[in-house]
Amino acid sequence: MYLYDPVIFSRILTSFTLIFHIIFATIGVGVPIMIALAEWIGIKRNDPHYLLLARRWARGFVITVAVGVVTGTCIGLQLSLLWPQFMKVAGQAIALPLFMETFAFFVEAIFLGIYLYTWDRFKNRMVHFLLLIPVAIGASASAFFITTVNAFMNAPQGFDIVDGQLINIQPIVAMFNPAMPTKVSHVLLSSYMTSAFILAAIAAVSLLKKRKHVYHKKALKLTMIAALVFSVGTAVVGDFSGKYLAEYQPEKLAAAEWHFETTDKAPLIFGGILTEDNEVKYGLEIPYALSILSGNSINTVVKGLDDFDPELVPPLWIHYLFDLMVLIGMTLTTLALIYVLCLVIKKWNPHHPLLLRCIVIAGPLAMIAIEVGWIFAEVGRQPWILNGIMKTAEGATTSKNVDTMLYLFSALYLVLGITCVRVLRKVFRNYPAEEEIKQNGM
Amino acid sequence: MSYEIIGITVLWIFLYGYMIVASIDFGAGFFSFYSELKGEKHQIHPLIERYLSPVWEVTNVFFVFFFVGIIGFFPDTAYYYGTGLLVPGSIALILLAIRGSYYAFSTYGSKNNKFYLFLYGATGLLIPASLSTVLTISEGGFIVENDGQIQFLYKELFTSPYSWSVVLLAIVSVLYISAMFLTFYAQKANDNPAYMIVRRYALGWSLPTIIASLFVFFAINQHNPEHFENMVDISWVFVLSFLCFIIAVYFTWTKQRGGLAFIFVMLQFAFAFFGYGASHLPYLLYPYLTIYDHFTNDTMAITLIIVFILGLFILIPSLYLLVRLFLFDTEYVKGKKE
Ligand code: HDD
Ligand code: HEM
Ligand code: HEM
Repeated sequence: MYLYDPVIFSRILTSFTLIFHIIFATIGVGVPIMIALAEWIGIKRNDPHYLLLARRWARGFVITVAVGVVTGTCIGLQLSLLWPQFMKVAGQAIALPLFMETFAFFVEAIFLGIYLYTWDRFKNRMVHFLLLIPVAIGASASAFFITTVNAFMNAPQGFDIVDGQLINIQPIVAMFNPAMPTKVSHVLLSSYMTSAFILAAIAAVSLLKKRKHVYHKKALKLTMIAALVFSVGTAVVGDFSGKYLAEYQPEKLAAAEWHFETTDKAPLIFGGILTEDNEVKYGLEIPYALSILSGNSINTVVKGLDDFDPELVPPLWIHYLFDLMVLIGMTLTTLALIYVLCLVIKKWNPHHPLLLRCIVIAGPLAMIAIEVGWIFAEVGRQPWILNGIMKTAEGATTSKNVDTMLYLFSALYLVLGITCVRVLRKVFRNYPAEEEIKQNGM
Repeated sequence: MSYEIIGITVLWIFLYGYMIVASIDFGAGFFSFYSELKGEKHQIHPLIERYLSPVWEVTNVFFVFFFVGIIGFFPDTAYYYGTGLLVPGSIALILLAIRGSYYAFSTYGSKNNKFYLFLYGATGLLIPASLSTVLTISEGGFIVENDGQIQFLYKELFTSPYSWSVVLLAIVSVLYISAMFLTFYAQKANDNPAYMIVRRYALGWSLPTIIASLFVFFAINQHNPEHFENMVDISWVFVLSFLCFIIAVYFTWTKQRGGLAFIFVMLQFAFAFFGYGASHLPYLLYPYLTIYDHFTNDTMAITLIIVFILGLFILIPSLYLLVRLFLFDTEYVKGKKE
């Protein structure tokens, strides 16, 4: 029998929209930084290849931005359409960062418009470069603000509750909650990292297709060095995120690690399966690692699931999401390191086909890490929408027809996704870099 | 002024801004498509594209600003409108999403795709129609609360003469505002063939705009007499709006001062829009939501207002720069700079 439950459909629709938006948002946050790097190097070294790199990246970037903007508008309005009860309550406390985010959007949108249409308008190239700075700041600022909202959902503070109403609101305290520092920095760094890897993958594809122009080699070098820096940063902050969880959301960490009993010297379990009576099989056990992740010492006591009300524990399958994210993080950091070693050690070949192939896969893998990371963070907060205060089911709409809307939006995202890829391919296929280099007489 | 009034005024100003910039964009989409059908596209399309390409994303942010802001200042609107408007809101969103992304696909990607252009033109009329129904709904009678359950009465909405009169006004105004703007832009660009075409559009849509507004006046009297009374009390505002209309059309008719004509169009709509808004108060949703009973807490209100003022210090210079580079730079408008 088909049981209509608006909560389930609201959750699915919210996840679809966010999962789709985050692809474009990640690109939107990270790629301006990469464009800025390329243009800056191009101006400083007077190297037209880097300038062309910036220009071509920007050409693809506008297309992804467009999809980012429309899906962002969707999720922004859907927050009210699907979670009216939640917005009514939480809106009292988190309106501030949401409001500030719109100013960040304004700055980003205005300067992106100017940047795109003024490539050859200024005599001093630096002026054009400077126009990109507000775009990059605006994008990172919007990520900053929206992530503080999400952090608030994980570690709400800055108010008192009386009869289900939030009173004595302190908007700034609500924004700067304990989850904020690690969450914001992890989200920003992982966006930069992912964008770097995606652009590196594009360069690697060209090189693998025997297009050996030095242009692609420069692109690969720039993106992979950036990728190394950002992936080390991501991993370090990821470690801090673990420590944050151990202190403020221990049930999320325990569920992610299948850590059933509170102990010190806790091992970290990687992979494996869970039997009916919660025994871990075939898992890789790293002794003491969980205690170290939680508090930098093997004597750190890590809370286990036995300490929590079973009703209030997130689903245990988030274990795999966490493992996948960390695995990808470690692998990609190693890959970037190997590439950089190839640059340093003269005997090694940084354009070895095997290495290039790995880099091609690394782009999509980084995006997968973003997706599973978010799903882990969000599902790991269940059953709460506002941790400890409001359950997800209480926040949802009571409307009929959420199911129909789910089908409509799914169709929309499918069509948008497919068209976006097709348009991007067409833009770059019809006008390959080599041709543009020739036409510009470089 | 109370915080409530400041809050709603800020939001209304931005909604007004959205109405103007979005109308230009929506109407331009329709005209692009229409001129393609009539084989005049090559004459006006480059002009439209020159204006739209750098600014379309900014237009969208005006909209985002409005709905984020209204939930910030009046969180209960999320509850009533959010629950009630799931379906129409979602449909408007899907149309907006199609429009925005396909605009980008065709401008930056595959040029001259007729299907994209059709989507762009059609959504240009459907979106204002669907967004304008939110104003209709705010008049009351379409969202009702029964035993704590919010319900949206589709049948009432689709059979209400008032609702259709607003839709008509929205579509006609979009075409009028857009054509008036393009007339100014074409004049600035010294592009005479394009100028003649868009001026024809502008004059053609001017009278229907006034007729449609009269319809709305009559229909609102039927639907919400209380609101109508309030409007009559400040009828001088609407008279001013009409005067501005006359002046704008006069300038366009005599082919003078395109810039000034468009300023009068903006004034015409400013008077009408703020007159409508002021007479609507204190209700956000008749009779459930008022700006006084459903305001956010004072701390948040002050913080939002402070942030808003600080934000303006960034926003106004940036917008000024944008306008200078793409609207008032005659060389760019003429297409001599890319
Ligand atoms: C390229 C993407 C990427 C990579 C390689 C990693 N992460 Fe991550 N991670 C994210 C992308 C991400 C994310 C998408 O940005 C999340 C989801 C929610 C959030 O705050 O950030 C996240 C969340 C997240 C959380 C949960 C925070 C919370 O729920 O509040 C933890 C504990 C970690 N990460 C830890 C790590 C560790 C130890 C990594 C080791 C290398 C790692 N992450 C790599
Ligand atoms: C952009 C990155 C994000 C992604 C990919 C993401 C992903 C998800 C996913 C997969 C769910 C479904 C969880 C479930 O149904 O069990 C979800 C739920 C939700 N998320 Fe997030 N999320 C993101 C950020 C945010 C932010 C910043 C907010 C707050 C403004 C937010 C608000 C919500 C809400 C209200 C729900 C529904 C309640 C729930 O099921 O938890 N999300 N999100
Ligand atoms: C519930 C969560 C979210 C909401 C409500 C939301 C809302 C929005 C909205 C309304 C827009 C369109 C703005 C415009 O018109 O220009 C947008 C775009 C954008 N969002 Fe999101 N967003 C969410 C999650 C995120 C996250 C987690 C990030 C960063 C990691 C992010 C980064 C961006 C960026 C950079 C843009 C600009 C468009 C682009 O460059 O792709 N958003 N978002």
